[in-house]
Amino acid sequence: MNNKLYIQDYCTIKDNKVILNGKIIFDEDTKELKDLFKKIYKILNIKYSKFFKMDNLSKLAFLASDLILKNTELESKNIGIVFSNSASSLDTDRQHQESINDINNYFPSPAVFVYTLPNIGIGEISIRNQLKNENAFFIFEKYNADFHHIYESSLILSNKCEAVLGGWVNLDRDNYDAFLYLITKDGKMSHSAKNLLKLYKN
Amino acid sequence: MEELKLELKEKIIENLNLEDVELSEIADDEPLFGDGLGLDSIDALELIVMLDKDYGIKLSDPKLGKAIFESVEVMAKYIVENRNK
Repeated sequence: MNNKLYIQDYCTIKDNKVILNGKIIFDEDTKELKDLFKKIYKILNIKYSKFFKMDNLSKLAFLASDLILKNTELESKNIGIVFSNSASSLDTDRQHQESINDINNYFPSPAVFVYTLPNIGIGEISIRNQLKNENAFFIFEKYNADFHHIYESSLILSNKCEAVLGGWVNLDRDNYDAFLYLITKDGKMSHSAKNLLKLYKN
Repeated sequence: MEELKLELKEKIIENLNLEDVELSEIADDEPLFGDGLGLDSIDALELIVMLDKDYGIKLSDPKLGKAIFESVEVMAKYIVENRNK
């Protein structure tokens, strides 16, 4: 049995830039995150009105994953998802908290409340791409390449899925950082903690 | 009534984050759910909160929303008859 796995495609969204497989496909200074994500959505020619209902963390994960999954030659929908971040859903949790602080003006928004978990973004990606598979969202202080390597390999090598969409997707207030990738049985770059960390730091 | 219908359309677009929908695209009698604007169950809850927050109307039974939120026309009529602010 061939246990070799590969990093097939990878995408980074940070510092107003979108980079797919090392190539910059968007680079434009934008002050508001909402506007930045809308610009990226338009430039990628996505037609999915539910995008605008998502919180910023889900939008970030959705955009990076859409780029990767559109780019891949993988036909299987048997794709697991393993994400991590440090801020969990704190950005949206704070919005929800603000809506319930004043007992005399107590109008929590259901549309905000549904995003007060970090793994809701995984659900959005799964619905969009019709993925019904293993998924997990972990909280670490920083991107943990060793953990991701072991967990992602284990999912594929134990035949839980054909491929894994993995990586780091973190957002709090104006700070955001996404590094997502697709691990498959075919490719050129070996799936190793060293390579994952190298790509993340680039 | 016309002013209220316009106000409702603006609030629906803003509160439900329908960024790709123009005011002119929402007809007064167009179904808001299903084939019309394609709103979902979370949108229905958001509209219930909007009725309470902006018009002082508390829906004790969320199931009532199905009839009230049939269209902008029906919503406006209900608000005129039941509003407390």
